[in-house]
Amino acid sequence: MKYTAGVDVGSTQTKAVILDGERRIVGRALLDMETSMQTVAQDAFRAALENAGIAESDVAYVAGTGYGRYNVTFGKEQVTEISCHARGAVTLFPLTRTVIDIGGQDTKAIRVGPDGKVLNFTMNDKCAAGTGRFLGAASFALEMPLSKLGPLALQATNPVRITTTCTVFAESEIISHLSKGLLPEDVLMGVHQAITSRCVSLARRVGIESEVTFTGGVSRNVAMVHLIGEEIGMRVNVSEDAHFCGALGAALFAHDRVFGAQPQAAAA
Amino acid sequence: MTTATASRPETEKSAFDPRVEGQRLIKEWYAELEQANELGQPVANVFVMGNAVEILRAFDFKLVFPEINSLQTGVRKSSEEYIRLSEDYGMSPDVCSYVKADVGLILKENRHPVGRIPKASLAIASNMCSTFIKWAEIWERWLKTPTFVLDLPGQRAAGWQVRPGDAQHSADSRWVEAQFAELIARCEKITGKKLDLDKLAEIEDRVNRMVGHWNNVMMLNRRTPAPYNAMLDGLTYIGIMNVHRGTQEGVDFMRRLEQHLEAKVARGEGRVKDERFRLLFSGTPCYVSMRRLVELFENWGGVFAYSDYLTFAAGGMDAAELRYDTSRPLESLAEVTAIAAQRGLSNQFFAHERLAQQIRDYGTDGVVFHGIKSCRFVSSGMADTREFISRLDVPTLYIESDLIDPRYWADAQIKNRVDAFFEALGQRGSRRAS
Repeated sequence: MKYTAGVDVGSTQTKAVILDGERRIVGRALLDMETSMQTVAQDAFRAALENAGIAESDVAYVAGTGYGRYNVTFGKEQVTEISCHARGAVTLFPLTRTVIDIGGQDTKAIRVGPDGKVLNFTMNDKCAAGTGRFLGAASFALEMPLSKLGPLALQATNPVRITTTCTVFAESEIISHLSKGLLPEDVLMGVHQAITSRCVSLARRVGIESEVTFTGGVSRNVAMVHLIGEEIGMRVNVSEDAHFCGALGAALFAHDRVFGAQPQAAAA
Repeated sequence: MTTATASRPETEKSAFDPRVEGQRLIKEWYAELEQANELGQPVANVFVMGNAVEILRAFDFKLVFPEINSLQTGVRKSSEEYIRLSEDYGMSPDVCSYVKADVGLILKENRHPVGRIPKASLAIASNMCSTFIKWAEIWERWLKTPTFVLDLPGQRAAGWQVRPGDAQHSADSRWVEAQFAELIARCEKITGKKLDLDKLAEIEDRVNRMVGHWNNVMMLNRRTPAPYNAMLDGLTYIGIMNVHRGTQEGVDFMRRLEQHLEAKVARGEGRVKDERFRLLFSGTPCYVSMRRLVELFENWGGVFAYSDYLTFAAGGMDAAELRYDTSRPLESLAEVTAIAAQRGLSNQFFAHERLAQQIRDYGTDGVVFHGIKSCRFVSSGMADTREFISRLDVPTLYIESDLIDPRYWADAQIKNRVDAFFEALGQRGSRRAS
């Protein structure tokens, strides 16, 4: 029983990570949300076990995180995604002092200490503007998969200013711009700039300190990475495991429970 | 911060239950109001701040607190019904939910969850809040309730405060006293009675005693463990401070409350069984979900030892150290009102310094700011204050909902923030442990 696991039940996707005794990631899983949070949490955990090639009985401790963390009924502990993203980001990039996490319905800015402890944090208000949902609205309006939005936005030459702060109204604003004959890439860049403006404003509230690490599903969007870096005037760390950062943090807390807290070191 | 020691050797468990007694007094007050019009008693609408209730009581006015009516719809989980009625009428979602619940009450012909609210013969508003004046205009236009607006001088400049007895305070007091003279004339006309200065002095003496007990009650929560939660129990206490300001029932309640809490302190009995974190709550309550909010904090062993709301909304605004000189009741009332208004209105300028002092006095581990949709006035300064407090290395949490509009309460999001705040506090450890 040398393995630990973290399961991050988010608003749009569920992520699971398995760590070995040396805190190396040996298994990952990413599933889209289902009606039952308990089922998807279980399914993601099992998929990560399969990815790691181990049995459930090999896992000594599971921690849940994300909005649906209490649905990780097989877990022994629940930790908020704020603590988990902070912990995961400092593990992936040990010099991290600011974490920007943009998920499906949440955007967070977290200031962390060298040990991964949360010093301050702020989150978007009760509104999905400035979150992945904003990109979802663009994807729907343009009838284009999320993965293509970032690369297309980077081709913009004359970005449109999206004025609404409401995700629901943003969709009609996008359609309105397109119906006027504006180029999709220019409209899309406007959408990306609107999200960037909101999330960087959050980050400024906690104080942006180098290094900055970008986590969450939206960190896979190249235009967002580019715009955030440009807006804050510094390079932004993005790991291949950025999407799994919350689950990684939860798995690290689980690891602490089994093996005791250890100094931070980059995960393999 | 001091640890729990008995200031008086009271060991017997008091039979007095402040929550039950407080609810009884509020219920009786509403029952009296219900009969007021029928009995031909004069009724006045007053706000919690800047209201001259001492004068009104001297004329035997029955007092209606529309803010308390509105918050009571929240406590009783019926605020949305009243708010929606006013929105159906055409009021914007951005208007103060207290106002909208009250407009809903008018549209429901004064039928409140606790009974019928009487029609007022006079309404006192003040410039303590600009909404008060607009609100009173609604009563004047819809219900023909005559309005008297008290103009209470506010802060003149940042970094400077009026001090009791200085030239500015004297001038302000004369200005307020002149308005009181006008108000008294109005009251005499409505009631057909002359002002009895001895009666006013008696009322003020009772207010003095209530304020004395109230200050002691707040001081008792500097003890560890805190005997009460400032944002749950405390709200009942300030309800009595307002509704029964200057009555014998009010004095008796506050005296017994102080004794009750002293006994709790002597027994080492805290509001939270295992008090791990002491917190300060800054801002106004979310009455519609206050019990839930407190539960979210108490589940982590966190207790609100103090809240600036306890002074801000306890009737006397923020001049609790001042007492009425009952040998010259009218002048003294003007003096205290003038300084209290200054402090109340000037909160934005000095809130950060006072909060820093309260953090020290109450030995708090962190500060929770609660911004409300209804009032940008009380919420807008929180950014500056929070920034100042953060520089003192005191953890802060900002959450947002509303006074009584349940549509602004997002349970999962607020729980998430509260949990993350405690995780961070847990990593730092309580200040007492360091």
